[in-house]
Amino acid sequence: MRGGEAIIKTLIEQGADTVFGYPGGQILPFYDMIYDSDLNHILVRHEQSAAHAADGFARASGKVGVCIATSGPGATNLITGIATAHMDSSPIIAITGQVPIHLIGKDAFQEVDMLGLSMPITKHAYQPKNADEIPSLVKLSFDIALGGRPGPVVIDVPKNVQEEELSEYVVDVFKTPGYNPTIRGNPRQIKKASKLITMAEKPVILVGGGLISSEASDELIKFSNLCKAPVTTTLMGKGAFPENHEAYLGMLGMHGRKVANLSVDESDCLIAIGCRFSDRNTGNVSEFAKNAKIIHIDIDPAEIGKNVEVDVPIVGDAKIVLKALIDSITKLQGNTEVKSQQWYDDSLLFKKECIPRFSYGDVPLKPQQVIKEIANSLNEEAIITTDVGQHQMWAAHLYNVYKPRKFISSGGLGTMGFGFPAAIGAKVAMNDNDVVAVTGDGGFLMVCQDLATLKDYDIPITICLFNNRKLGMVYQWQNLFYNKRLSHTDLGQTPDFLKLAESFGISAERITKPGELEFALKSSIKDGEPRLLDIIVDKNEFLPIVPPGCGITDILGEYKLENDITYIRDGKDDTFDSISDEDVDEYGEDALGGD
Amino acid sequence: MDNKNQKNNEMRSHIISTLVENKPGVLQQVSSLFSRRSFNIESITVGESETKGLAAMVIISKGDEKILEQITKQLNKLVDVVKVVELDPDNSVKRELALIKVKADSELMRSEVIQYANIFRGKIVDIGFSTLTIEITGNPNKINALISLLQNFGIKKIVRTGPTAIAREASL
Repeated sequence: MRGGEAIIKTLIEQGADTVFGYPGGQILPFYDMIYDSDLNHILVRHEQSAAHAADGFARASGKVGVCIATSGPGATNLITGIATAHMDSSPIIAITGQVPIHLIGKDAFQEVDMLGLSMPITKHAYQPKNADEIPSLVKLSFDIALGGRPGPVVIDVPKNVQEEELSEYVVDVFKTPGYNPTIRGNPRQIKKASKLITMAEKPVILVGGGLISSEASDELIKFSNLCKAPVTTTLMGKGAFPENHEAYLGMLGMHGRKVANLSVDESDCLIAIGCRFSDRNTGNVSEFAKNAKIIHIDIDPAEIGKNVEVDVPIVGDAKIVLKALIDSITKLQGNTEVKSQQWYDDSLLFKKECIPRFSYGDVPLKPQQVIKEIANSLNEEAIITTDVGQHQMWAAHLYNVYKPRKFISSGGLGTMGFGFPAAIGAKVAMNDNDVVAVTGDGGFLMVCQDLATLKDYDIPITICLFNNRKLGMVYQWQNLFYNKRLSHTDLGQTPDFLKLAESFGISAERITKPGELEFALKSSIKDGEPRLLDIIVDKNEFLPIVPPGCGITDILGEYKLENDITYIRDGKDDTFDSISDEDVDEYGEDALGGD
Repeated sequence: MDNKNQKNNEMRSHIISTLVENKPGVLQQVSSLFSRRSFNIESITVGESETKGLAAMVIISKGDEKILEQITKQLNKLVDVVKVVELDPDNSVKRELALIKVKADSELMRSEVIQYANIFRGKIVDIGFSTLTIEITGNPNKINALISLLQNFGIKKIVRTGPTAIAREASL
């Protein structure tokens, strides 16, 4: 058995039978071995898409996603995707080719220092020096990618090592004395936190992506109910808590729901779980949750105290810690009344006053209406992925997710071009779920070459393209903060996205009026084939924003409210039913519009 | 908040003693971490440790308590870093080695330089027609003191290792 074959064997043993990749010179021996193997290899059309697809695969399934590229430019093209996975703690393994060991350091053709490049954006990076190391190294890479706080691992394999014969295939347990994540929370801190929570009159729970990695949604629901604390999430935490639950306040932060931002500000006890207090969530840190004692639960000790001072730190796995907290709080509460019942009830009332408006009859389409129609077309098992920008924030703000791993978005790095390839990965991982890529005209053009992948492998996802011929988010900032100096955010009138899709053999439709999208998306799902929906949206519709540097209660822009609040529902999926287009009135000109 | 854990904001040098896997690339991982998070490094020394396969890396870094806490935690996250402790300056021994080449082209200058070296418990390790080379170990302050004395003679070259440190046996 040769080095490359050992990689394949270990990948399959570890359950990674599907990989996304793009061949090249220094990875040729490995590809030659893939040719005869059981590995399901999906040929993308750009290495960046391979990394994003592996990432989407990982986020949708919870398993490790694997991508492959050659040395040099192939490896550097993976970098954006690896950095995206690193910022969002997604477990991927990137296998790159490298020049043969005797050429390393000689500036050989297509040589690049992949270990050095990937160091700051991975959990770890390896370069096997001989084939015998490979089985153990690959196994260890899986352990590291998934263990503790998940993240990317790079395996940089010199060409001669791919070809070298192993003396014996042994998966050794590698000793990594320096790697030992803490899983159980410290009992003393848990006790302290439990006391604080039972004493709290205005508790709020803030949940990040860590809770999804830890698969602790059931515990979270119990926990919220037990201590009568409403729940808000970060962008990465969307789906961790069912968003049709009465206790759900919406997303927090720069583009957060008003009720979430104000509740956190007023809270006297903030229980943060699996989140890292990113600047997009906290706004001005000195004003963030200034009335609250903060309990921070995270598996990564380095996150605690990094951005926000914390009163009770608990290092551990969210699921295990939550279980322990539930036990100890149940005991502490005994038969006494929960102190925060009043706050909880008030929050629900307040929430009803803050329902953002979805229904618009306008042409060009309002993004709110677009999200509403997407939501109406999908069931709760559907997965949506997004790029970065306005469409992402509209989706995050307005699209309700009921289950974890159903909303996949580039949070930390904010990578344009993420959504479409991530949707490919998600669909490959979860074939039974409907997958929709919500993207913008800017981000989609960065990765549109992978329409070819979609066609070749017949991957039935629907691309909902928010087309406003603008780099919308930057355009919004220029309008708000740069004196309406619209420097280079107009994308012109090309391409014709329908013709673009058709040239790849993908069917496409243009959506311009309310009602059309719901119909088109439903039929696309029913037809079970890849499709692109080119949705012409209003470039001047801006999402309310907390300006950078301000506290999260300083929401700029008109917060348009749904005028009929009867739609607050008990069951799910009736979100929008009670509002017909006739109800839609002219709610006033957008205060922020204009170009 | 009044009762948040109050951290000391004073910027001072900290001695961080680490045990790392003795592999190629580890020094780069550590130094890349420091530059990536804009932590300051005053000095870094690496050498084999008492355990085979592990190296001792001693880092001197300036920062307040909060920065120090982040440095320790971020270092701990590196897979190849096995152990990180901050040494208490009052309860550890800190030493540096310096080699100093001094101009000494007359009998008088030579004897004076040798005398200084002796007072500072330095050693003359090389002697030539026009220069002397002194080897000195000690606390960085002591080395600084010798260097400033020798400046009168004309210093040709100085190489310093940067301090390394070890904790004293815990007193009972």
